[in-house]
Amino acid sequence: MPKPTKGARLGGSPAHERLILANLATQLFQHGRIRTTEAKAKRLRPLAERLITKAKRGDIHNRRQVLTVVRDKGVVHHLFTEIAPTFAERPGGYTRITKVGPRKGDNAPMAVIELVTEQLNPVRVSRTAPAAQTAPAAETAPAVEETPAAEAEAPEAPEAPATTEAEASESTDEKKDEA
Amino acid sequence: MAVPKRKMSRSNTRARRSQWKAAAVALVSCPQCRSPKRPHVACPTCGTYNRRQVIEPSA
Repeated sequence: MPKPTKGARLGGSPAHERLILANLATQLFQHGRIRTTEAKAKRLRPLAERLITKAKRGDIHNRRQVLTVVRDKGVVHHLFTEIAPTFAERPGGYTRITKVGPRKGDNAPMAVIELVTEQLNPVRVSRTAPAAQTAPAAETAPAVEETPAAEAEAPEAPEAPATTEAEASESTDEKKDEA
Repeated sequence: MAVPKRKMSRSNTRARRSQWKAAAVALVSCPQCRSPKRPHVACPTCGTYNRRQVIEPSA
């Protein structure tokens, strides 16, 4: 069971907090990503993910429970028919909060909260791919030609940092081994 | 009601205020565009966080 929220409510009273969070959840499901303060985003995340879990079950009882928070029937329909199926494989963690720095005017720390749209585990594929590409290239190229190639890659580093740096470090290591 | 007996000297006032300083903002370099940014916050220059485009660049 979630630990009850300690401290002051958003907006001053429990009713006002419920209204703020319900409106934020409605806007989140309507637009996919919203920009709000960090404190509101952190309070919104458990509520929004609970609503998505109910939407994944998808029966009429859960729809009525979601309708007590999100009052807009069109948004609830969108949540149940289009958002929920995209999260069918995902075991929680449906939203992502990214801090975007303080707001001009009152210096409030702002954040972007968005529905996660990426597929599960795409990171492993991208990490193994550059290593597999660089290994055959280094084997085919002779040691003499590697040094101008490494120098030519150095100016490109600010534009595409990670892959070129990895290649440069790997090529230098291989040069040491060969020398 | 308790009130101060003497006027506080300029020296004491200024000595107290000399400890009233602003702290420098912690900055790291963005892995995408190399410009300084706050840690754990999306880069305001290129709008990325963990190489993912989060916001439109402001500047």
